[in-house]
Amino acid sequence: MFAAAAAGLLATLALLLARAVLGPTVFDRLLAANATGTVAVLLLAVFGFLTGRPDFLDLALVYAMLNVVGTIAVLKFFRYGSLAE
Amino acid sequence: MSAALGFASWALLVAGAGACLVGALGTLRMPDFYTRAHAASLVDTLGAGFVLLGLALQAGWGLVAAKLALVGLLIFFTSPAAAHALARAALGRGLQPLLFGEDAPSKR
Repeated sequence: MFAAAAAGLLATLALLLARAVLGPTVFDRLLAANATGTVAVLLLAVFGFLTGRPDFLDLALVYAMLNVVGTIAVLKFFRYGSLAE
Repeated sequence: MSAALGFASWALLVAGAGACLVGALGTLRMPDFYTRAHAASLVDTLGAGFVLLGLALQAGWGLVAAKLALVGLLIFFTSPAAAHALARAALGRGLQPLLFGEDAPSKR
């Protein structure tokens, strides 16, 4: 059951990777990166259940936080040209 | 009781994975960045919601379900903010949306 969900999530990662490679604008790539981060969080949670190790959920929590902060930082760089105001 | 719970969590997990797949397929097939952002938000909302709910059903009451709820809350609050910032940055950078009647850049 978890393997089926994990397989679905891996296929999602493959599709998002295709969008990241194809994406004409930098914002398409950023969109794919953001969605990949969310799918990675889900994959961590599902894999934690697959191997019966609850501490994967802490990894998923930290990764979810990092993903958003990273996306916002890269966004600010591409929107305003530099991170320093 | 546990059979029904097991089946419900199995259905939720498969539905969540399916929603993620549909969202990712949407980001591939949509003609324009803003419609792709619309499709990608499906991964954050429906996909994450169903998968985390399915896992929480599987884990039952306890610390694991609390952590899953925390991850769900975090995704619930941060992914719309990220999607909004993404669209605003793209619009601010002058990426014009593809309006009705125009051809997609690839078809022009």
